[in-house]
Amino acid sequence: MNIGVLALQGDFSEHIQSIRRTGGEASEVRLPRDLAGLNGLIVPGGESTTIGKLAVQYGLIEALHDFGKTRAIWGTCAGAIFLSKDVRRHQPLLGLMDITVQRNAFGRQAESFEIDLDIPALAREGNGRARPFHAVFIRAPIIESVGPGVEVLARLENGSIVAARQGRFLATSFHPELTRDDRVHQYFLGIVGGK
Amino acid sequence: METQTGTVAVKRGLAQMLKGGVIMDVVTPEHAKIAEDAGACAVMALERVPADIRAHGGVARMSDPEIILRIMDAVTIPVMAKCRIGHFVEAQVLEALGIDYIDESEVLTPADEAHHVNKHNFKVPFVCGCRNLGEALRRIAEGAAMIRTKGEAGTGDVVEAVRHARAVLGDIRRLQTMAEEELFTFAKEIDAPYELVKETKELGRLPVVNFAAGGIATPADAALMMQLGVDGVFVGSGIFKSGDPAKRAKAIVEATTHFRDAKIIADVSRNLGEPMVGRQVNDIPSAELLAQRGW
Repeated sequence: MNIGVLALQGDFSEHIQSIRRTGGEASEVRLPRDLAGLNGLIVPGGESTTIGKLAVQYGLIEALHDFGKTRAIWGTCAGAIFLSKDVRRHQPLLGLMDITVQRNAFGRQAESFEIDLDIPALAREGNGRARPFHAVFIRAPIIESVGPGVEVLARLENGSIVAARQGRFLATSFHPELTRDDRVHQYFLGIVGGK
Repeated sequence: METQTGTVAVKRGLAQMLKGGVIMDVVTPEHAKIAEDAGACAVMALERVPADIRAHGGVARMSDPEIILRIMDAVTIPVMAKCRIGHFVEAQVLEALGIDYIDESEVLTPADEAHHVNKHNFKVPFVCGCRNLGEALRRIAEGAAMIRTKGEAGTGDVVEAVRHARAVLGDIRRLQTMAEEELFTFAKEIDAPYELVKETKELGRLPVVNFAAGGIATPADAALMMQLGVDGVFVGSGIFKSGDPAKRAKAIVEATTHFRDAKIIADVSRNLGEPMVGRQVNDIPSAELLAQRGW
């Protein structure tokens, strides 16, 4: 499985390492031509305004729209913002997922946090349940609302949506690539493989 | 579900989100907007850029909180600010303002000539400068969550940035070939904690993100530092002391992303107007060199 990681800015090398640990091939995508031969794409964490501007400048908005017509895309944090259709401010977005996202929803860096999260969609253990996923949230967004056809995969205790899936598309507010737990990457490879 | 804030993972993690990006020095909210519009991944809020600190002379201190707050209000990207080396109360003030990252910086006049801030005492993450691997690992031992090579700020001369990046990255490469028993002596030679030396050898890189700083003034300078192997760049005086800051800022952002693509670097380098007036590091009296501050 060949997974591209959008390498305009952000923690793309962490995603590449995670994909390689789970047995996939991973490569950096900076220009539309880098998308050739890929089965799926990850948009990493970073600054969504930076990633958006560079994507516009180098013709990636249209190229990624085309890519998304047939292939899977996963966005983490800034990547989730980039996949969304609305962030209630003016910045370049792919608009592929029917979700509205609030940027920096918890506040500034002082409010960045780690927490154990229940993500029932992840692979079940012997007891029939998925063990909690240790999630790292950095100046993180939340998914404020989802359209019909979007499945909510995880919420915080207060109800905030922090992971969602719409068919081939996956969005997470947190950063599985910052941990050694590769279950979300495995889940994404499952989506890429048609699950 | 128990929430933990101010952890090593979230401190180092924010720096990981900045990788591949350009952090720009700004002195006004208008500058901050220009930087954000150009694609900066963060801004450093200052009263004066390093070139002006140099020209102004006197004691350089933390900026007026009012300026920092106005810059924080102006942009959605992370905002950093500088405290003096060892000035832990300036750091407490910056933390109280809600700043995203503190730069314990040699560009300001040191407040302590023996001790850096104990950065473990803070929830806000710190970035610190270094000239070599030993200095980088000492700062990480004190709790720095991000490192930048110092270069020589406010000069527009990239030579020191290259020297310091080559020193750090070269030592990491040498470390790869060392036998386990040689690490103890090496740690002693570079005056760094053994455990961090060992971790660096195992990782094949610093345990935290490593940017370059000090003298980067052109898109090619930024790409040079990236090709040498740093994770991103700080640009201080190089943007807002140039003829067309918005255009140059955007060009440096694009060259940092496409740092291996000489065609793109050539394209973005066209018609950028006047670069900042440089000052050769070799012409600066050694007492005025900022990089030698810090221990």
